[in-house]
Amino acid sequence: MASHSEDVVVNVIPPDKAKIAKLWKTAGILLAITIVEFIIAFLFDAGAAKTTVFILLTIVKAAYIVGEFMHLRYEAKVLLWSILIPLVFVVWMLVAFLYEGTQIGTVRF
Amino acid sequence: MGSSYGKLMMWFFLLSDAFTFSALLVTYGMVRSSHKAYEGLIEAFTFSDKYWPVPERVFEAVPFLHGVEAPLVFVGIMTFILIMSSVTMVLAVEAGHRMDRAAVEKWMLWTIIGGLCFLSCQAWEWAHFIHGRGDGIGASLTQNEYGPRDFAAFFFFITGFHGFHVFSGVCLNFLVYFNTVMGTYDRRGHYEMVEKVGLYWHFVDLVWVFVFTFFYLV
Repeated sequence: MASHSEDVVVNVIPPDKAKIAKLWKTAGILLAITIVEFIIAFLFDAGAAKTTVFILLTIVKAAYIVGEFMHLRYEAKVLLWSILIPLVFVVWMLVAFLYEGTQIGTVRF
Repeated sequence: MGSSYGKLMMWFFLLSDAFTFSALLVTYGMVRSSHKAYEGLIEAFTFSDKYWPVPERVFEAVPFLHGVEAPLVFVGIMTFILIMSSVTMVLAVEAGHRMDRAAVEKWMLWTIIGGLCFLSCQAWEWAHFIHGRGDGIGASLTQNEYGPRDFAAFFFFITGFHGFHVFSGVCLNFLVYFNTVMGTYDRRGHYEMVEKVGLYWHFVDLVWVFVFTFFYLV
């Protein structure tokens, strides 16, 4: 069976160095942000400010993964918005349930 | 939308999967915010079911370093492994665009190894979490030594559901690797399958970024 593949003529295109360097750069940024998060985790006491910084850094990392690795930044804009707009519901869910949780806490304890 | 049917369907599947993971993490946030937070000094922290545990005091063990307190180091290593396997995956996709079978094989193999490393780490972490620190009852769905019962339940559910995604991702990666070696994509004339499975694999990495923040850091 494997010998069949030899019949197929495949033109291998040489690698584009700049493109590959960009992928490694994205990975470097992701690792650097993770190291920064790691340092912040030990340098500062828990609080609203620390949580906010963590959430912002997480969103930056997510943007790099989805935008560069998953290539969404370079897809048609219709696809980009069809994926991003429905995620607004998650924000609403988050706000509603965190509020609900705090209220349950005040009733229970 | 400028993409093939298969890629579009993968995107919309991932959107629905994102909702599932959001629901799990938001539920975690809701239950956590309904419990009291620990308010004393971090050095004086003790495990109790009266308040939610501080994650960096729960996850501080590293394999082969028994008794050494190294908060978040092991989970940091796991994050590193998953990000690296994401890079090797995107390099496989890039090689696929160029019809470079040898390069696709090489990078897919690295991605599979990365996934297996991550799963092994998770198996160790679970075993340690279930067994406990040695002087307590350990953790299960009904009792846990780290804090409120829900804490362990969410740990098992969220990291377990993510781990299951990693496992199915490794299976899909192996399937793509096998097909590449067999020359299936050369005969087909394109390597789009690598791209579709790549999207799934990056999504697994994406979810881990959120799990890492909301379960281990905050």
